Amino acid sequence: MSTVPAAPKKVNRAGLEILPYRGGKTTLCAGCGHNAITERLIEAFWELGVEPWSVVKLSGIGCSSKTPAYFLSQSHGFNAVHGRAPAVSTGTLLANHQLRCVTVSGDGDTASIGIGHFMHMLRRNVPLIYIIENNGVYGLTKGQFSATADLGAKLKTGTVNQLQPVDCCLAGIEMGATLVARSFSGDKRQLSAILKASIAHNGLSVIDVISPCVTFNDHAGSTKSYAYMKDHDEPLHELDFVPAFEEIDVEFDEGESRVVEMHDGSKLVLHKLERDYDPSNRIHALEVLHEATRRDEVLTGIIYLDRTRPSFTEALNLVDAPLATLAEEQVRPSREILEQINEEFR
Amino acid sequence: MQASPNVPPMSAAQYAHDERPQRVVNDFSIQVATVNGSGSQTANIVLMRSIFQMGVPVSGKNLFPSNIAGLPTWFTIRASCEGYIGRKKEIDFCVAMNPETAQEDVMKLEPGAAVVYDAPLRLNELRHDLHFYPVPFDQLVGPVCPEPKLRKLVRNMIYDGVVAHLLGIDLEETRKALYKQFGERKRKAAEMNWGAVVAGRDYAAAHLEKTDPFAIEPMDRTAGKLIIEGNTAAALGCLFAGVTVLTWYPITPSSSLAEALIHYLGRYRHDGETGKATYAVVQAEDELASIGMAVGAGWAGARSMTCTSGPGISLMSEFIGLAYYAEIPVVIIDVQRVGPSTGLPTRTMQGDILSNALVSHGDTMHPVLFPSSPEECFTMAQAAFDLAEQFQTPVFVNMDLDLGMNNWMSDALPYPETPLQRGKVLTAADLERLGGFARYKDVDGDGVPYRTLPGTRHPKAAYFTRGTGHNEFAVYSEREDDWIQNMDRLARKLETVRGRLPAPDTQLAGGAKIGLVSAGTSRYAMEESRDQLSREYGVDASWLRLKAFPFPVELAGFIDRHDRVYVIDQNRDAQLLLLMRMNMSAERIAKLRSVRYYGGLPLDARTVTDSIVSQEGL
Ligand SMILES: Cc1ncc(C[n+]2csc(CCOP(=O)(O)OP(=O)(O)O)c2C)c(N)n1
Ligand code: SF4
Ligand SMILES: [Mg+2]
Repeated sequence: MSTVPAAPKKVNRAGLEILPYRGGKTTLCAGCGHNAITERLIEAFWELGVEPWSVVKLSGIGCSSKTPAYFLSQSHGFNAVHGRAPAVSTGTLLANHQLRCVTVSGDGDTASIGIGHFMHMLRRNVPLIYIIENNGVYGLTKGQFSATADLGAKLKTGTVNQLQPVDCCLAGIEMGATLVARSFSGDKRQLSAILKASIAHNGLSVIDVISPCVTFNDHAGSTKSYAYMKDHDEPLHELDFVPAFEEIDVEFDEGESRVVEMHDGSKLVLHKLERDYDPSNRIHALEVLHEATRRDEVLTGIIYLDRTRPSFTEALNLVDAPLATLAEEQVRPSREILEQINEEFR
Repeated sequence: MQASPNVPPMSAAQYAHDERPQRVVNDFSIQVATVNGSGSQTANIVLMRSIFQMGVPVSGKNLFPSNIAGLPTWFTIRASCEGYIGRKKEIDFCVAMNPETAQEDVMKLEPGAAVVYDAPLRLNELRHDLHFYPVPFDQLVGPVCPEPKLRKLVRNMIYDGVVAHLLGIDLEETRKALYKQFGERKRKAAEMNWGAVVAGRDYAAAHLEKTDPFAIEPMDRTAGKLIIEGNTAAALGCLFAGVTVLTWYPITPSSSLAEALIHYLGRYRHDGETGKATYAVVQAEDELASIGMAVGAGWAGARSMTCTSGPGISLMSEFIGLAYYAEIPVVIIDVQRVGPSTGLPTRTMQGDILSNALVSHGDTMHPVLFPSSPEECFTMAQAAFDLAEQFQTPVFVNMDLDLGMNNWMSDALPYPETPLQRGKVLTAADLERLGGFARYKDVDGDGVPYRTLPGTRHPKAAYFTRGTGHNEFAVYSEREDDWIQNMDRLARKLETVRGRLPAPDTQLAGGAKIGLVSAGTSRYAMEESRDQLSREYGVDASWLRLKAFPFPVELAGFIDRHDRVYVIDQNRDAQLLLLMRMNMSAERIAKLRSVRYYGGLPLDARTVTDSIVSQEGL
């Protein structure tokens, strides 16, 4: 596990030190990309001062899905079954739509056994942060190809993948996620900004993070290795995140940067690199993704952002209080109503 | 009367029926054979309700195919002055509207039965031992229904008028039933259909001479009662249990339960001021998702449920094991149908008794409730939510297609007199007082630990839920002692559950040598079969009707009192009996006998009686 994240202050806005944002000691391999993602999550939640009790963390099964045990020890966590965390997370938010939900998954978990649930979570725009810790293999079952393995990618055993990969970002944009991003576990600054933007976003954020498996997929011939990412990572923009509570006036050169105001008033700043990229253009987002794949580039950054579509729990028009906390008077109709119903069947 | 050579051979018991009395009043069955999708359901329900409104106990069973339109369907109405509402094997009065099946329908009848039929079918040429009433439906429908497209539907209403006339049903009751069925919003349709009823009645009065013995006469045995489907009653149970999350995936025969619940939630569960919902319903992408969502919701504190049938339970298996082991409340209503695989999807079976009790991998065992009537569907659905939350575990309500989708005469649904039981949930204030908690610790010695809900504003509230090994503090553990202690506590918890389940209904016959044990809808055949055994064979049998698993302690005593105990199962493999055998002494097991029926129809009394008679050598 890497060391304490950069933190100038002792306590955050919620008056908490970083400790409650950490979790149990990781049991993953040293150098596993998943550990770095855990660190970024700890930082992001701490720096934004999110109260741990208001967060739930869920996952499926896999090395990646173990990680919720390693961050936010004061948040309820649920390591459920393989591939089906989207369903459990959806149910959790039905019971209590005030919770902030982080769901961690792997590429096997999401793109194979759980792809049905993943697709329908996208359609519903369930308001949660969905992180795919993507290493192109099944880590926990010792290195078989996953469905995100790229064409021509090679396993340590020499086996070459000849099947078309599932691109979770393409699916996310096509099927209805409202924030779609790709990042690399080794890119601290970018991943941090993306995670914070997701915390500020109202709707489903899908973050596909290339996260090398040092034990089974970090060799030459792998397209999910540290070395491969060093050569092929193609950021769309540089990102900065300015939280709503930081009273800084964001002023940037018009031609150089875009400033996007998030749901909670925070600002996401997209600094222009090769092009001026507008993440609200859905068709264009799909095009750049396809184009990058054709050029063997791994496009990273916030690829798509829609701040208008209502989330699933909003569309259900639920009462303000969590359903879990409603009193008997609110959920059990009266004696008169039962008598009226009985009469209808007489 | 002369028996047709094609009539199947009759048993001795059936011959006894052959000497028909002059008039058979309020004790016979009517079967209407139509084509699926022809709108006959309304006509059948109106006919059934007319009899019910005359104070005569009735039941209505719809035998329908697994398609939307075009295949044969039969609706059976049984009128019984004795109050028997189980299926009766023999059909006394047949309405043959389906040209495809008419010949077979008529050939199956016993001598002396009556047949109303579509005149061009010339069914009267088939046999000489039946009472035939030809009706030219196509000629009659024209004048009452000018719109040719609607004739197929309105045509069926004509037989209601014909049958009402032949059986002496008060036409005013038919009129009331018809208008009730169509409701205020479809008044015009009701009027046109009423015209068809009258046309049928007028035709029968002018052209048909009654020769059969069957008649309906007013009684007073239905006052205050309801006619309701089990699925509707179960849905109402969930409504009054304060369900907050329903996640489901459509499957016959459970869909109408979800749909009824959605209807009532829409009517009664919106905040008066804001109009916002106090519930959430999600039609999931499959049963894996529907149970997953229900489990997530239960974990986060909702009263959550799903409903399905056997194929869905199979898909839910992994999640149910997770919920058992992670200790998460969730209610699963299983409206059973005939399997394996898609089997006979629109026929009834008690096919999932074992799977409900034991589903998933490893050591798993789940409380199961066995409602036998709409009233029990209503009360047990409520009990299921209380049990699930009190014991933090999946609870099954084991219904079947017969109960769920057929029309039952029921007592009025009683308003719940006890408050919702929400179980051992610690609040932030509790945590402040206690200084913390251990999620899986048996503090009270009943095997039931305390939990906190996500969102509880306290630094000690959180814990980590997993299906993997854990100790009392919900910390990952693969230690042998942690595992065994936890599994033993779960067993202790289930023992506590046993004492809190609905008690069995036991009817002891003085000095009886044999006892009967049943669960669920076998009830109606049992009530009647006990009378048959006593009336026809002079054998008294005690009866224990199980209402829940884990089975009650009374079961052992009941077996001990009798020499032989017949366990009634609506499946081939004697699932109820097998479940009873778990944890039962060899002496008691030796007393068990099995009565099984697995043909897909609701169980009838004669099948039970015949099996017991032959096994007893009577
Ligand atoms: C129903 C079921 N099938 C199979 C498994 C075995 N299994 C555990 S983890 C895993 C794959 C995990 O791969 P991924 O999601 O990519 O996570 P990673 O370990 O690579 O982070 C599999 C197949 C399981 N736990 N449950
Ligand atoms: S096996 Fe791979 S994915 Fe699993 S912990 Fe080790 S490096 Fe990470
Ligand atoms: Mg993986």
